[in-house]
Amino acid sequence: MSQFQLSRAAALPFIGPVAVGVILLVLWQVLCTINEVPIYLFPKPTDIWSSFTTNLSGLTRASSVTLQVTLQAFLVAVVTGTAIAFLFNQSRIIEACLFPYAIILQVTPIVAISPLIIILIKDTGTALTVCAALVALFPIISNTTLGLRSVDPGLVNLFRANKASRMQTLLRLRIPSALPYFFAGLRISSGLALIGAVVAEFVAGTGGMGSGLAYEILQAGFQLNIPLMFAALGLITVIGIALFLAMSGLSNLAIGSWHESHAEGRR
Amino acid sequence: MQTMPQTVAATTIVGKEIPVKRVPVIEVKAAEKTFPNGFRALEPVDLTLKPGEFLTLIGPSGCGKSTLLGMMTNLLPASKGKLSWWGGGFEQTGTPGKTLSIVFQDATLMPWATIETNARLPLDLAGVPRPQAQERVQAALAKVGLAGFGGQLPRQLSGGMRMRVSIARALATEPDLLLMDEPFGALDEFTRNKLDADLLELWRERDLSIVFVTHSIYEAVFLSTRVVVMAARPGRISSIIDIDVPGPRDEEFRGSPRFAALCAELSRALHLASEESGNVSGGTKP
Ligand SMILES: Nc1ncnc2c1ncn2[C@@H]1O[C@H](COP(=O)(O)OP(=O)(O)OP(=O)(O)O)[C@@H](O)[C@H]1O
Ligand SMILES: [Mg+2]
Repeated sequence: MSQFQLSRAAALPFIGPVAVGVILLVLWQVLCTINEVPIYLFPKPTDIWSSFTTNLSGLTRASSVTLQVTLQAFLVAVVTGTAIAFLFNQSRIIEACLFPYAIILQVTPIVAISPLIIILIKDTGTALTVCAALVALFPIISNTTLGLRSVDPGLVNLFRANKASRMQTLLRLRIPSALPYFFAGLRISSGLALIGAVVAEFVAGTGGMGSGLAYEILQAGFQLNIPLMFAALGLITVIGIALFLAMSGLSNLAIGSWHESHAEGRR
Repeated sequence: MQTMPQTVAATTIVGKEIPVKRVPVIEVKAAEKTFPNGFRALEPVDLTLKPGEFLTLIGPSGCGKSTLLGMMTNLLPASKGKLSWWGGGFEQTGTPGKTLSIVFQDATLMPWATIETNARLPLDLAGVPRPQAQERVQAALAKVGLAGFGGQLPRQLSGGMRMRVSIARALATEPDLLLMDEPFGALDEFTRNKLDADLLELWRERDLSIVFVTHSIYEAVFLSTRVVVMAARPGRISSIIDIDVPGPRDEEFRGSPRFAALCAELSRALHLASEESGNVSGGTKP
């Protein structure tokens, strides 16, 4: 009995959203059918599904292209961002001098600079990765920098009193303290990498080289194939959710047992 | 006498050994503190901690107890004056016979590390081999009544248990000097009394000197061999009271007339100190 309640509580975060989704889909289907909305204006979920199954091979190929760009960009952003955060942590002066440029990077719209990057970098795949990585970089830098700084001052004193070296303090204190911030950064950044990849593809796609999901959406738009457009859009969403869940899972695995933001039984 | 322990300063005259005079554990020489914002937290203080002493600092809030203790832990530099540890600078602490441990007001544990890892931290930082460190940590945890809790995480323990972990961490290094800032201040009276008794037991077992900050008159009288009463605004030493009790400090002592008399004496001294203390606005208005 109690075990059943426990599993129900654990399942709520999944069952709830899924139930809402199903209700919305049914509502969508019913409203479109009743009002006889034309398929080229607003397709029904069943239309989208049949478009998805007929175009399965093309969509799968496009998904894998977008996913590949996204993951590469995400990886580049994580490695570079973490390295920059560690550099900032080494000295306040470095941080003070360079952080404004990280902000400039963040506030410059990727749509505005991606044409430039695509012209500068011959290989389209690399250009797309660079664009997406630029978008995904900032949350990693800012969160990890903040995390490396957000150390319990009492523990800093304890380490100092025990004559800990800089390296010992970094490995045993700063990095563990920074992990929750780092993982929060990962969650945001993974989504941004996807957005960056799609936006860059839109810009590059008109050049005829692209073959990712954004290119599919563009093509479907030209052909007024609205169900295909929705199907590609749905796939982007699915990739985004999968990335977010993967990052949450990773975060739970690494710090789930100790950090307050994860602990169920807070004191 | 080549194998003389380092803490002992021996004077040898040919053929005859004069009884050894041990160097003070800490000497505070006219140390004062003015914070960068200009706040004068501590007037020049002179204080000597003799080996084996249990010294307690007591006084109204803001009188500079933590400031003085901070200087003794070398975490807070003195603005003027000097401190020495075992007759030398701070850099030579941590060597055998000259190790010190600090216990803060809150447990200050790493939330991601197990109790065992937390208690082992000073040994790990000092590079003590793992098996040996592990053995010492187990012994220290057992001493504070936490044997078998080594694998737990800090948030799985109660506040009193966490505090005991931080004491075990301090003890695992087998220190010669313990510096404690209101270590049991946040605990209930029952737990505090228990931990006080345990602390006394540890102090008696070993050649250990302790500096202990507290707000409690009873705790000060129960624990210490000497009580330093401080006054505030500006922070300074108001008086020093010797707690000269030959017998054991136990529950019987807590109920004895001698205990009551000492508490009354300390209470008067504290009252005097708070009257000496300037008021917050910094002077009387006309
Ligand atoms: N970093 C600082 N900068 C400026 N003033 C400070 C600083 N730290 C402490 N003070 C001041 O110095 C005075 C002494 O502080 P301290 O913490 O030593 O008091 P305390 O005796 O430990 O008090 P309590 O019993 O409340 O812990 C206080 O008035 C406090 O406001
Ligand atoms: Mg204090």
